[in-house]
Amino acid sequence: MMLLRDIAHSRTGDKGNISNISVIAYDPSHWEQILEKVTADRVKQHFAGLVAGEVIRYELPAIQALNFVMHDALGGGVTRSLSLDPHGKCLSSLMLTLSVE
Amino acid sequence: MKTLRIGTGAGFAGDRIEPAVELVRDGDLDYLVFECLAERTIALAQQARMGNPDAGYDPLLERRMRAVLPICREKGVRIISNMGAANPNAAAQKTLAVARELGLSGLRVAAVTGDDVLSVLDPETFHIDDAGCLLGAFDRKLVSANAYLGAGPIVEALASGADVILTGRAADPAMFLAPQIYEFGWEMDDWTRLGRGTLVGHLLECGGQITGGYFADPGFKDVPDLARLGFPLAEIDANGQAVITKVKGTGGCVTAATCKEQLLYEVHDPAAYLQPDVIADFSGVTVSEIGPDRVAISGGDGKPRTGKLKVSIGYVDSCIGEGQISYAGPGAYERGHLALDILKERIGLAGIDCQELRGELIGVDAVLGSGAVDQPDCVPEVRVRFVGRTNNISDAARIGEEVESLYLNGPAAGGGVTKSAREIIAIVSGLLPEKAVKTTVEILEA
Repeated sequence: MMLLRDIAHSRTGDKGNISNISVIAYDPSHWEQILEKVTADRVKQHFAGLVAGEVIRYELPAIQALNFVMHDALGGGVTRSLSLDPHGKCLSSLMLTLSVE
Repeated sequence: MKTLRIGTGAGFAGDRIEPAVELVRDGDLDYLVFECLAERTIALAQQARMGNPDAGYDPLLERRMRAVLPICREKGVRIISNMGAANPNAAAQKTLAVARELGLSGLRVAAVTGDDVLSVLDPETFHIDDAGCLLGAFDRKLVSANAYLGAGPIVEALASGADVILTGRAADPAMFLAPQIYEFGWEMDDWTRLGRGTLVGHLLECGGQITGGYFADPGFKDVPDLARLGFPLAEIDANGQAVITKVKGTGGCVTAATCKEQLLYEVHDPAAYLQPDVIADFSGVTVSEIGPDRVAISGGDGKPRTGKLKVSIGYVDSCIGEGQISYAGPGAYERGHLALDILKERIGLAGIDCQELRGELIGVDAVLGSGAVDQPDCVPEVRVRFVGRTNNISDAARIGEEVESLYLNGPAAGGGVTKSAREIIAIVSGLLPEKAVKTTVEILEA
């Protein structure tokens, strides 16, 4: 099974209770596949249980990258979250386990 | 055409110091910027200042200044930093003391103040966006309120000849944008260049995160020599186009991939990156590798600023109590779960008042939730983590005590208990018209 990790890399950032996760193609040849497979709906499903709010996808074709902005994702945000990873810094690794077959 | 060289000396309050020294020594810099404030840092610094009027600035300020001031003086590198935190004036005084001690007479240090808006906020009109209510209806004890200042006061300090500029809460990219505005003479409504200068600042503001830090994934993204990671510098032209690079021979790498990851770090809509001075547009930016550890950043644009400044409000939120205990070997997973079941029951029996409670097994489901591990019951060891939110510190402490009592009263062979209880200063934010904020630049000489 081909996973997103095979064709893309990712980084997580946080602002308040919002997590943003980038998905960046290693090779431009995979850009169309990423655009098609890594939809906001699939990502919301993939993060069910962690992300309570809306998931918005932004496209950056100039660098073959997507940016996912996930609301109500960090248990109140880094300053008050009970999570072991209050910034949600580990979430990019979960993003990369998405199947892109 | 002149090229401006700006380097990052720190990307967070606790960052390594030697890469900053390396940058000044070998980076042929014009400016060194230390970015040392996170969302909550300033609220904690305000608390420190309440206990001691001379405190409230970055705890590493003295060590950093001692390390870089002499070499910055020798090479004519100017320093910009938000290490002033909740007390830029005290930070400036400390910097002067270090300068005098090192024999750097005549060093000019500027303190930028005015970001502290706690007394300015109107409870009847200021809206807290996170809480969805007016400040007057927010029934928590406020600790601090700081507006994110733009580049203006820093430019003013540069024009007054300051060698070191210390701010409190400033927008991170603004500390990098200011020297570009000053050196290139950009107008404050030249939205395209302000947007590009903001982009450079955004790329540089996290230090090692663009030179191979927060990036390595062995076999997929390999990074050489992370123990000696070099911090970044940008070579910027008068149109705000830049090359990101680092000092030759340092660890890490600058590649298109590291730059793309940082480009989107903590960004929401890439076409509307809201800043005090401009709405920057990163949506059409291109990156290209033009040499070893040299990446050209092109494009980038801007739109007129909103006229509002983001304000971060620190308030006393709650207390968090936590305890951890390990189980290992056959049945570790089952014993971990038994421990969690006991703990959940104990909270009720002991009458500990919790608003929010979390029980998990580190190594199984603590960070990514359930389903992250294929066969959780096969893990060789687990660490139980039990954490709750309470209204007071004594209830918070009792959560860890309940975990500790599992030593004698819980499942077999649990070990290595740790416990903690802490008061939480949290952050909410809203927007304030920029006209309500009055900044002051004070320059002192060693």
